[in-house]
Amino acid sequence: MALKIGDYKTDVHNDWCPGCGDFGIVNSIQMALAEMEIPRHQTAIFSGIGCSGKTSHFINVFGVHTLHGRVLPFAQGAKISNPNLEIIAVGGDGDGLGIGAGHFVAAGRRNVDMTYIIFDNAVYGLTKGQASPTLKLGEKTKSLPTPNTNYNVNPIGLAIASGFTFAARGYSYDVRQLKDLIIAAVNHKGLAFVDVLQPCPTYNDINTKDWFSGVDRIDETTKKAMPRIYKLEDTDYDPVVHYSDETELNQKKTQAIVRSLEWDEKIPTGIFYKNELITPYTRRLTDKIPNYIENPSALQNISKNNAPITKINQILDLYKV
Amino acid sequence: MITDFTWMIGGPQGSGVETAANIFSQVFSKMGYQIFGKREYYSNIKGEHSYFAVRVSEKQIRSSVKGTNMLIAFDAETIFRHADDVLENGIIIYDSTLENVKVSDVITFDNDFKERLGNLLKSKNKEDTVKGILELASENGTSIHSVSFRSLLAELSEKLENPRIKNMSRMFNVLGVSLSLGLLMIPSEKLTESVNSIFSKKKSIAEMNVSAANFAYNYATAKFDNIGLKFEEKEIEENTLLVQGYYGTSIGKIIAGCRFQSYYPITPATDESNFLETNEILEINEDRPGSTLVIQTEDEISAIGMAIGSSLTGVRSATCTSGPGFVLMIECLSWAGINEVPVVITFYQRSGPSTGLPTRHGQDDLMCAINSGVGEFPRIVYASGSVSDSFYDTTQVFNYADVFQVPVIHMMDKFIASSVTTCQRFDETRVNIDRGKLLNEIPSDNYRRFEHTEDGLSPRSKLGLENGIFWNTGDESDIQGHISEDPVNRVQMMDKRQSRLDYILEKIPETEQIVKHSEGDFCVVSWGSTQGPILDAIEMLKDDGINIGFVEVKLLEPFPKEFLKKLFSNSKTIIDIEANYTGQLGSLIRQNLEKDPDYYILKFTGRPMTCTELYDTLKKIVNGTAQKREVLTYGA
Repeated sequence: MALKIGDYKTDVHNDWCPGCGDFGIVNSIQMALAEMEIPRHQTAIFSGIGCSGKTSHFINVFGVHTLHGRVLPFAQGAKISNPNLEIIAVGGDGDGLGIGAGHFVAAGRRNVDMTYIIFDNAVYGLTKGQASPTLKLGEKTKSLPTPNTNYNVNPIGLAIASGFTFAARGYSYDVRQLKDLIIAAVNHKGLAFVDVLQPCPTYNDINTKDWFSGVDRIDETTKKAMPRIYKLEDTDYDPVVHYSDETELNQKKTQAIVRSLEWDEKIPTGIFYKNELITPYTRRLTDKIPNYIENPSALQNISKNNAPITKINQILDLYKV
Repeated sequence: MITDFTWMIGGPQGSGVETAANIFSQVFSKMGYQIFGKREYYSNIKGEHSYFAVRVSEKQIRSSVKGTNMLIAFDAETIFRHADDVLENGIIIYDSTLENVKVSDVITFDNDFKERLGNLLKSKNKEDTVKGILELASENGTSIHSVSFRSLLAELSEKLENPRIKNMSRMFNVLGVSLSLGLLMIPSEKLTESVNSIFSKKKSIAEMNVSAANFAYNYATAKFDNIGLKFEEKEIEENTLLVQGYYGTSIGKIIAGCRFQSYYPITPATDESNFLETNEILEINEDRPGSTLVIQTEDEISAIGMAIGSSLTGVRSATCTSGPGFVLMIECLSWAGINEVPVVITFYQRSGPSTGLPTRHGQDDLMCAINSGVGEFPRIVYASGSVSDSFYDTTQVFNYADVFQVPVIHMMDKFIASSVTTCQRFDETRVNIDRGKLLNEIPSDNYRRFEHTEDGLSPRSKLGLENGIFWNTGDESDIQGHISEDPVNRVQMMDKRQSRLDYILEKIPETEQIVKHSEGDFCVVSWGSTQGPILDAIEMLKDDGINIGFVEVKLLEPFPKEFLKKLFSNSKTIIDIEANYTGQLGSLIRQNLEKDPDYYILKFTGRPMTCTELYDTLKKIVNGTAQKREVLTYGA
């Protein structure tokens, strides 16, 4: 029986604010899972803390709602132990780029084959609107007593610099594109990062849905709003690293970082960078443990009738007097 | 007369002190003797003083003693630091070229030590040189054997027609141990065999070291005066192992089926992870090879986070750390607590507070292990007292974690980690594996992870299991694992988790909770690695006709207060022994038994207790001349 979107929904009451960009992300994840027809029990959503942390409760697959900033360690531990699982980690920008920034960088270095989606709204919503790592310097969202004194992190740039082999940006009100980006991320062989611009209607009164739609910029001839967001796939931008060569690699990384810095007037979405030439962590493990994929930790028998089956004699013999 | 001989070698870190000690230990273990060695070193890569003391006996020994019978020194610092520790009739073999080195020439001395040493030499009217301190040792009845290590190398270099050897001061360690074995008239083939096995990884290096060893050995037999010591060769007791302290938990994890260990480097815990990774591919009975994934993480938060993630897939998982790493794990530990995730934290303590004495021993993290956490949740804190115990205990703590679905903190320490000892071969037939209520299949689709059951333990699914979908959250949750702030559910969930503490005390056999080693009017109570020195001290007291009881508390959380009360009921005087300042087990006893131990014997210098110190202090207690709180200070 084919799986439908409804199969991936739980009946847990969703308590996000009306109009929250998070809804679009959850819908996109559910649509992506349904489209890929990934069996529910082979999928796990790991989430961090904050509004986005509740995501795992709304999706009817294994859901592990972890701690602030710690979603990547939990998720990687599970994926490495059982590489057959499809794992999607989600969290806010404060979660992943503030308190969890160390894990973000380390995860990039490992390149474990899974997906990480950041709900990027530039504020700490659940604690009532403090500045988060992606808020621009000098901006003052409505609940900040004074303008932000920190420079912002560029999530795409940080991901590429850290070793993520797939970096994309979505917009939570473009559910169809976001769904496609999530599918591409899940299918990517390596660690895939999707930064999702997600207006917080309650606390971010600067980067609002209207602002992204360009309601403040009316084209004089058409009298229509000029959206800030445009899609990389509508341009001749090519995110893929095609061959193993330093010039090619540097060029693709550089163009991605430069492109990701566009803001205010034109904000690109889509895939910025994709490199499947870097070995995923699985391969690095298989290099030293040849049967890792067929017999990973989660599938190994360790006992028979309550007796251990691991041989230690050859180890003990080394220390025999 | 029973042989009981302590040999010590010292030198700058990186000069092969440990290798020399391993050669010595191997030789004597192959001659049928029991070994107990301990290693002391600074938090430093190269240059600071390190030393290794190996005690040899024909009877079982589990600790070090005060004093040294034979000291090998190829640098001045070793002589200055340890010469006055050499016992009457003891021996010093040292590099004669050091004779005129002054105290002030040794740049690695801590100022405090320099001052104490200066005062000592001055008070005895000795010049402040190696010669001065050796005179003092000589007056104390030590026989001094001097030899120029550099000349030995030069002669060897000439003999082998290899000019490179002349400057190979890194072979001083092998020269030192070989000189001592020559002086002790140990059969030379034992030395050759041991050097070959220690350098077995590279044949040319092994050959060179064997030449150096034999050369020094022959020099000692030819030139040194016979000291009249003779070590008879004995039959090697069957099934004897010579092990490093961390082998117990390492091999325990392998046989227990721990298939995932994440860690962040920290002394003295890292050796275990290194051992596991070295042996990552495993032979399995009647099955394809297995493997342990050993993952070095970016920090300890990630280490425990990954271990928890792994455990959720049904894997037996663990992390291994020390105090400063453990405290970073607390939030995740609490998450494992509320989500009833079995995970093992092997906790090799060192001395705090903060970074404290990073390479020295301590048992000052007991309260930290028991109490650290966000909110209230059940956990098990379990302590091992010896290398051998730690093997069996490791296999048990994984069972506890699985059966009771709680995080387990397994307390070890630096004393055990960096000891080298003979012990009985680990017996795998004594190991059993109990995975508790872990499910391997779920027939229908109405699974609830935190379902209430009679015993408070819910059947446990794992990620990837069909029909076994569950949710976890660090928030309070309902039986499915979804967030719930309902007050009635809250009470039920708290009851469900907290009732496990009583259940644990009910289910873990009493003999695994507390080990009663002996009985007496005077009864020692302790935990962890003090076991060795206490047992040795009690045996020494027995020879004096004094019987001392000893109960070793292994299960520290939940605290087995009723059983301990019962064990104390036949004793008049309770003596708490611990390697910390405040007597942390003592405070648990006060809290749980409403009784203050009558005496405390504490040591917090960062150096392990010796049985001699404990013997002396226990005797004082028996004789009624001890203070309520006795503090031990022996050791460089």
